[in-house]
Amino acid sequence: MKNPIGNLNKIFDSRIRMGVMSVLLVNDEVNFNDLKQLLELTDGNLASHLTNLEENGYIKVHKGFIGRKTNTTYSITKSGEKAFAEHIEALENMIKNVK
Amino acid sequence: MDSQNPSLDTLRDIKRIMERSSRFISLSGLSGLSAGICALVGAYIAHSWINGEMARSNGTYQPIHEMKWRLILLALAVLVAALGVSFYFTWNKAKKNNLPIWDHTSKKLLINLLIPLAAGGFFVIGLLAQNEWRFVAPSCLVFYGLALVNASKFTLTDIRYLGLMEIVLGLINLYYPEYSLYFWAVGFGILHIVYGLIMWWKYDKVKTDS
Repeated sequence: MKNPIGNLNKIFDSRIRMGVMSVLLVNDEVNFNDLKQLLELTDGNLASHLTNLEENGYIKVHKGFIGRKTNTTYSITKSGEKAFAEHIEALENMIKNVK
Repeated sequence: MDSQNPSLDTLRDIKRIMERSSRFISLSGLSGLSAGICALVGAYIAHSWINGEMARSNGTYQPIHEMKWRLILLALAVLVAALGVSFYFTWNKAKKNNLPIWDHTSKKLLINLLIPLAAGGFFVIGLLAQNEWRFVAPSCLVFYGLALVNASKFTLTDIRYLGLMEIVLGLINLYYPEYSLYFWAVGFGILHIVYGLIMWWKYDKVKTDS
C-alpha cells in the first residue's frame, strides 16, 4: 500500500506557509502588509516563511515603490500552484480514507 | 466543531483564508434592511408631496416638472442616510468579528461597485440636463443592479441576485414611467429589506446564536 501521507508537502506543514499559499492562490498580487494583516502575524515571522517559499520557487517577489515607500508584493508561481493543489488533493484523499 | 481529523481542519482553514482574503464578508444584512427602510420613508415623503400638489391643483398639475429639484434633494438625502446607516451596521459587524473594515478586499469591493455606479450617476445627471426625467428611476435601478452584479465577485455572492432583480425591475420600469415612484420604492425599498432579512438570517443570526 502507498504511504498515505507521502503526497503531503512538508513545506506546507507550517500553518503560516499554508496560509500564505491560500491567500496567493485566490489573489493575483498581495503586498507584505496585507498578508501580515490577513494572517495576523509579525514582520519577522512572516518574512522568514516568505523567504522559504521563494527559495522553493513557489512564490515570486516583486519589489516596487509607492512614492518613496517600498511596496513589496508577492504572487504565486506555476509550480507553487501545482504543488499546493497536490497538497490539497493529498489532504482530501486522507479524509476519504478515514471515512 | 473540534474534529478528530487534522486534515479536515487544515482544509477548513485553507477555505476560510481564501474566502477572507478575496472577499469582503463583513457586509451586514442589517445594512440592507436599514437602507431599504430609508428608501421607503423617502418614497413615502415624495408620494405625499406629489399627492398634495395634485390635490391642490385638482389633478391638472404636472408635478414632477416643478418639484424636480425638491425631489432630487430628497433623493440625495435618502442616499446619504441609507449609505450612513448601512456603513454603520457593516462597520459594527466587522468590529464584532475582529476584521478590518478597510483592507484590500473592501477596497476592491468599493472600486468595482463605484465604476458602474458613477457611470449611472453621470448618466442620470445627463438625463436631467436634457430635461428627460421619465427615465431617471429606470436608469437608477439598472445601473445600481449592474454595480451590485459587478461587486458580487468581491463580497457575499448573494448580492448578485439582488443586482439581477434590480436590473429586471429597471427594464420593466422603462415601459411604465408613470409608475416610477412605485418601481423605485420596490427596487430600493422592498428588495433591500427582503435581501437584508435573508442575509441577516443566513449569516448574522447563526453567528450570534453559536
